[in-house]
Amino acid sequence: MQFGPHLLLAILEGLVTASILSLTAMGLSLVFGVMRVVNVAHGEAYMLGAVLAWWVTGLIAGHPAAGFVIAAIAAPLIMGALAVASDRLVLKRLNYDPDRTIVATIGLLYIAQQTTLMSFGPDARPVEPPFNQRIALPWLERTEEGWAWFYPWGLSITSYKLFVIAAAALILVAIWLIITRTRAGLLMRATQQDSETAQAFGIPVGTVYSVVFGIGAALAALGAVLVVPIQQAHYLMGGEPLLLSFIVVIIGGLGSLPGTVIAALLIGLSDGIISVFFSPTLAKIIATLLVAMVLVFRPRGLLGKAPA
Amino acid sequence: MLEATGLRAAYGPVEVLHDVSLTARAGEITCLLGRNGAGKSSTLKAILGLLPPSRGTVTLDGAALHALPAHEIPKRGIGYVPQGRRLFRELTVAETIEVGLMTRGEGRETRDWVLDLFPRLRERLGQQAGTLSGGEQQMLATARALCLRPKVLLLDEPTEGLQPSMIDLIRDVTVRMRDEGYAILLVEQRMDAILDLADRAVFLETGRSVETVARADLTPQTLHRRLGV
Ligand SMILES: Nc1ncnc2c1ncn2[C@@H]1O[C@H](COP(=O)(O)OP(=O)(O)OP(=O)(O)O)[C@@H](O)[C@H]1O
Ligand SMILES: [Mg+2]
Repeated sequence: MQFGPHLLLAILEGLVTASILSLTAMGLSLVFGVMRVVNVAHGEAYMLGAVLAWWVTGLIAGHPAAGFVIAAIAAPLIMGALAVASDRLVLKRLNYDPDRTIVATIGLLYIAQQTTLMSFGPDARPVEPPFNQRIALPWLERTEEGWAWFYPWGLSITSYKLFVIAAAALILVAIWLIITRTRAGLLMRATQQDSETAQAFGIPVGTVYSVVFGIGAALAALGAVLVVPIQQAHYLMGGEPLLLSFIVVIIGGLGSLPGTVIAALLIGLSDGIISVFFSPTLAKIIATLLVAMVLVFRPRGLLGKAPA
Repeated sequence: MLEATGLRAAYGPVEVLHDVSLTARAGEITCLLGRNGAGKSSTLKAILGLLPPSRGTVTLDGAALHALPAHEIPKRGIGYVPQGRRLFRELTVAETIEVGLMTRGEGRETRDWVLDLFPRLRERLGQQAGTLSGGEQQMLATARALCLRPKVLLLDEPTEGLQPSMIDLIRDVTVRMRDEGYAILLVEQRMDAILDLADRAVFLETGRSVETVARADLTPQTLHRRLGV
C-alpha cells in the first residue's frame, strides 16, 4: 500500500482507539473533577463491563445485534450500580480523603480482578459484533487521464468500527449537554467548585458523589461494550485503559472535559498512526514521553486551569 | 426565631466551640462579635450543619435543625453568605442564582426581586462568578442567599475588603431585609457598622458565648472591654 492510503487507514484505526479512550478517560476525569478521588479501579469497571457484555450476549439467543443492544444497556447499568455501592460502602466512609481513597480503590481493583478470575476464568472470550461488513474505501490518485478514484487493496474498515466512532461521539455530546445544560449538571458543577457551600444551598453532596461515581464507571463499561467485538474480554484487560486514561487526563488537564476529549484524540491518533507504521510499543513509549513533557512544561495539562 | 443553645463542635480532634448559645429574632439584626479565631464563622457553620455540633441544639421557630443532614437545613429557610464569599467560581451569575433558587424551589418572581435589588448583576448574567469584581462578587453572594427567601440570614463579614460605596449598598440591603422581618445574624468587625446596625450583640471568646447585650448597652466602652478595640 502507498503512503497516503496507509495513513488514512492508520487515522481511522486511531479514531476507533480515541473513541473508546475518550469514554473511559471522561469517566476518570469526571470522578476526579467532582470528587477529587483518583479512582485506580477505573480500569476494572472497563474490564467488568466487557465481561458483563460477554455474559449478557451469551444469554441471549438469536441475532447478535439483539444481545449487543441488551448488553449495551445492561452492562453500564450493572456497573454503575456496583460503583454506587462501592461509593456508599467504601469511599464515603473514608470521607473521600484523597490519599486513603487511592489505597481503597487499589483494593477494589484486586477484588474485581480476582473475583473475575475465579468466576469467568483466565481465558479471553470473544463477542460477536452486531454487524460487520467490510467497507472498501476509495482513494483519489492522479493517472495519465487525470484524477481518478480507485480502491487500493487493503484500504478498508468494518461498518462496526465506524459505528464505534459515531456512538462514542454521540455519547460524549450527550454527557456534555447533561453537564452544561441540565439541573443535574448544575448540581454537579456547583459541588465540584465548592462542596461545602453547595451543601449550604441544599445540594445533597453525598448523592451527587454517588451518582458521579456511578456515571464514571458506566462510561468505562460502555467503552468496554463497544470494544469487545473488536478485542476479546479478559480479566486483565483493565490495565491498559487505566494507564491510557491517566495519560489522557494528565495531558488534557485534570477535570477539564474538553481537554480530555482533545487529549484522547491526540493519544488515540498517534497510537493508531505509530502502531501502523512502526510498532505499538513505540506508540506507548511516545505517549508516556508526552505525559512527562506535559508534566514538566504544562503541569496543569493542556486545558487545565490554575487552582482558585 | 433562630435559637442555638450549648453548641459544641470540633474540626477533627480539635474542639473549637465549647459552649455557644445565641438567639436571632425576626426583624432584628443580631451581631456576633469576637476576636479573630474566637469561633464566629465556626458558629455559623455549626448552625448550618457544615460543622456538625457534637452537643447542643439549634431550633428555628421551635423546630429542631441540629439532627438534620446539612443539605436539609437551608431548605428550612436559612440563607448563608460565607466569609470570603465562596462563590462557585466557574458558574455564571445566572447559574449561581439558579442554584440559590433551587434550594427552596423559588421561581421567576424571586429571581426578579433579587436582580432588582442588585441591577449590576442583571447586566452580567452570563459572566463567570470568579471573574466578577470584589464588590460584584459580594452582591452575588448576597443575592444567592436571598434567592432562598429565607427566614434567617447568616452574614459572615459581608463588607470585608469592600470600598465605602459598596459597603453602603450591602448595609442598605441588610437593613431592608431586617425591616421586612428577616432574622439577621451578622458577623462584623467594623466598629461603626456594629454600633449603627446591631439590635443586639453576642460576644464570643475562644468558643464560648460570654455575654449578650441589647442595643441600649452597646456602647464603644462595651466593645472596648470585650474586643479591645
Ligand atoms: N477548617 C478548619 N480546620 C481546622 N481548624 C479550623 C478550621 N476552620 C477554623 N478552624 C479553627 O477554629 C477556630 C475558630 O475559627 P473561626 O474561623 O470560627 O474564627 P472566626 O471567629 O470566624 O475568626 P475570623 O475573625 O478570623 O474570621 C480557629 O482557631 C481556627 O484556627
Ligand atoms: Mg470568620
